[in-house]
Amino acid sequence: MSNIDYSVKIPNNVDLSGDRTLQRALESWQPNFIQWWDDVGPEGSTNHDVYLRTAVSVDPQGWAQFGYVKMRDYRWGIFLNPADQERAIHFGDHKGEKAWQEVPGEHRANLRRIIVTQGDTEPASVEQQRHLGLTAPSLYDLRNLFQVNVEEGRHLWAMVYLLHKYFGRDGREEAEALLERQSGDENNPRILGAFNEKTPDWLAFFMFTYFTDRDGKFQLAALAESAFDPLARTTKFMLTEEAHHMFVGESGVSRVLQRTCQVMNELKTDDVAKLRVAGVIDLPTIQRYLNFHYSVTIDLFGADQSSNAATFYSSGLKGRYEEGKRSDDHALHDQRYKVLEVVDGKLQEKEVPMLNALNEVLRDDYIKDSNAGVGRWNKVMEKAGIDFRLIIPHKAFNRQIGALAGVRMSPDGRPVTEQEWQTRKDEWLASDADRAFVASLMQRCLAPGKFAGWIAPPVMGINRQPVDFDYVRFN
Amino acid sequence: MSTTTMIENGILNQHLIDPEICIRCNTCEATCPIGAITHDDTNYVVMADQCNGCMDCISPCPTGSIDNWRKVPVAEAYSLADQFGWEALPPELPPERLAAAALSSDAAGSAEVEDLSQAQAAIAAVAGLASNAGETREAEFRSAAFGATVPPWSAAHAYTNLYGPRNPVSAAVVGNINCTEAGFDNETHHIVLDFGAMPFPVLEGQSIAIIPPGVDANGRPHVARQYSIASARNGERPGYNNVALTVKRVMQDHEGQPVRGVASNYLCDLKVGDAVQVIGPFGHSFLMPNHPRSHIVMICTGTGSAPMRAMTEWRRRLRKSGKFDGGKLMLFFGARTPQELPYFGPLQNLPKDFIDNNFAFSRVAGIPKRYVQDVIRERAIDLAELLRDDNTHIYVCGLKSMEEGVVLALRDVIVQAELNWENVAAKLKQQGRLHLETY
Repeated sequence: MSNIDYSVKIPNNVDLSGDRTLQRALESWQPNFIQWWDDVGPEGSTNHDVYLRTAVSVDPQGWAQFGYVKMRDYRWGIFLNPADQERAIHFGDHKGEKAWQEVPGEHRANLRRIIVTQGDTEPASVEQQRHLGLTAPSLYDLRNLFQVNVEEGRHLWAMVYLLHKYFGRDGREEAEALLERQSGDENNPRILGAFNEKTPDWLAFFMFTYFTDRDGKFQLAALAESAFDPLARTTKFMLTEEAHHMFVGESGVSRVLQRTCQVMNELKTDDVAKLRVAGVIDLPTIQRYLNFHYSVTIDLFGADQSSNAATFYSSGLKGRYEEGKRSDDHALHDQRYKVLEVVDGKLQEKEVPMLNALNEVLRDDYIKDSNAGVGRWNKVMEKAGIDFRLIIPHKAFNRQIGALAGVRMSPDGRPVTEQEWQTRKDEWLASDADRAFVASLMQRCLAPGKFAGWIAPPVMGINRQPVDFDYVRFN
Repeated sequence: MSTTTMIENGILNQHLIDPEICIRCNTCEATCPIGAITHDDTNYVVMADQCNGCMDCISPCPTGSIDNWRKVPVAEAYSLADQFGWEALPPELPPERLAAAALSSDAAGSAEVEDLSQAQAAIAAVAGLASNAGETREAEFRSAAFGATVPPWSAAHAYTNLYGPRNPVSAAVVGNINCTEAGFDNETHHIVLDFGAMPFPVLEGQSIAIIPPGVDANGRPHVARQYSIASARNGERPGYNNVALTVKRVMQDHEGQPVRGVASNYLCDLKVGDAVQVIGPFGHSFLMPNHPRSHIVMICTGTGSAPMRAMTEWRRRLRKSGKFDGGKLMLFFGARTPQELPYFGPLQNLPKDFIDNNFAFSRVAGIPKRYVQDVIRERAIDLAELLRDDNTHIYVCGLKSMEEGVVLALRDVIVQAELNWENVAAKLKQQGRLHLETY
């Protein structure tokens, strides 16, 4: 049993010390969490002093405190955005009623499922990324990886808090199970497919944090609309942290592109072989990584038609992205939405009730947001005068979930035969050879201000520190 | 909360987001306590007329893109449309360009309304945004925190930003007289502009801006200069589409060095029949109450008298029609000498039971210097009686240096009256009953 002083070690704004039941529940969960962190958290990092951002309260001054912290001692806080006692449910069949402060019995199972599914992704990504520290291209990147790791850990705490506080014994069991499942474990894998994929190299990590953490943004944004007020307030605060993860991905890929373009211009070549010899990642390989991570991530939104999604919305459990900014009736009973289906080997659009297509609505919002960032990546090539543009593959490309699952489709949305798929899939998705090449570049580079040859330095440091700041100290 | 100075000498330190670094994560928009950040499908941007430089958004930003600033002349603030269209931040303006703009602002001196709220209105006009004139947000100056950002409940609806710098309206000069005693320094003109058939609805307390013709030393068009309206809503001449301004001719800068204010001299030299380019109107909170039991306390110096004249005149016209018998007017008016006090003659001719005039002169030979706050304290008993009444509204307009002293004097009056300053001040602010407009 831990004798941790929660008021000091666990910054929180949920009156932990005033709720003995909750405190006891977390006291018994906490050592298992630390054990999990030690077992499958960032490898070999226990003694590092890392320049981390820590939240000590939810106000702008409190949640971005920077300083050197050992990750194991990170102040995993439990934070909810401030409560609005008058908050009303603003969508679904309960629209206009007061938001729930407790879990309504009839929605208990669904809410628990939503929270467990979200919670399961948080430790999963830490597990997926645990070896990356050994091949960090710079101290700056190492620090960013660790920041992502500890915040995923805090997000796990946030979901575990909800499970313990509002779901009794069931919740405690689910919280335990979050530490028992493991990414990629054949017998007890993580709930969602993308979180069982490997993140073996830094290009994959950047793609993951760009695409998959962006899925996190959209899922959290939809949950931040929830009628269950504690969930809404928790996820709203989590969103502010998710931003850093997306930043790591977006700026990371951008820096890889920048470095590749620089070498392309120096060598005056776009020959993949020559560029690989020069130690940079060629642009077609980056496109193939993008195709993979994008298509795996859009599967996370679930089936394009889902009665669960309709139930979650109508009952007020999960809204749409920026629900409050939309001008429709927020009930959606009479509205329709277009989804894709394959008929006789051809893609076509089909109108279905919007309530059943809410996964698709959220996926489409995500696609728009993702695409905008890819446009910003393309500016790197544009500026360098290189005639190559990254493209988001077609929505139906390489899908494993929903009506498009298993449909063989080229990245530009052309149905292809199984034979063509097998022949060309290495053209479209990162192949073993691509991954082996990228892996060959992954050498640790840890002198302050130095960067591995395949990535450009960032535009600016973290928290206005210089780029050559001593972001991680090894003891 | 740390703050940054937003406007100094007519130069805005404009808060911008670097679109090349920003990842559009929404953290800044979610963090900003006053809703000054917004976005479209392309960019996240800061609304120049809203941002108060509180810096709350800075540390939560994961990218550092939020911490970007550009110095620009207030009237040339980057608009939302500009920012939405950016792929990269614009380069810094050359120092000589800023120096010219600052000089022009300085030269214009106190004749021109240059406080933060008015500047924000000018920014709003340029940026094509809703105006926030009348809001006082400069956190460095504590007294400003007590100013209301909402109009009195009975204020008439104000039109704002009908004409921007890209589509100014032309007005004709129909009057231009010196309203201070001739031959004295700091001559102040009462200028009447007529808009003919062009719509230009205004209310007392609002302002307009004038674009001086020609170009500055660097060959750039002069920036617009803002002036409070000195006439009542139905015109300087009732029933005509005109407004009056109170313009001080600036002949020296704040250090006493000789310099000619560009806009003020242009306006003071205008002849009847000349055409003037006008933008505005600006301001939607420094507005007068209109319910018959409302009292108005006016505290001003110099050309800060313009909005007070406007309100007084509107009340005078209404009084003639039998309204506002119960509503009292109390004026505290400061100037260096009686001769320099705009509208001194006409003010003294107003009936004593209509307006309670209190003058303070700071440069009269042989008499100790008196400032408006001294007179406020002298009239503490009468003021306290008004302050106990929720129908009382207070307006302060004049040099920035007066603001703190005036608010402190008001606090003394309230404390002496055994009222709770915090409660009264909070109520005055919430109910749109204390308005500060200083420059």
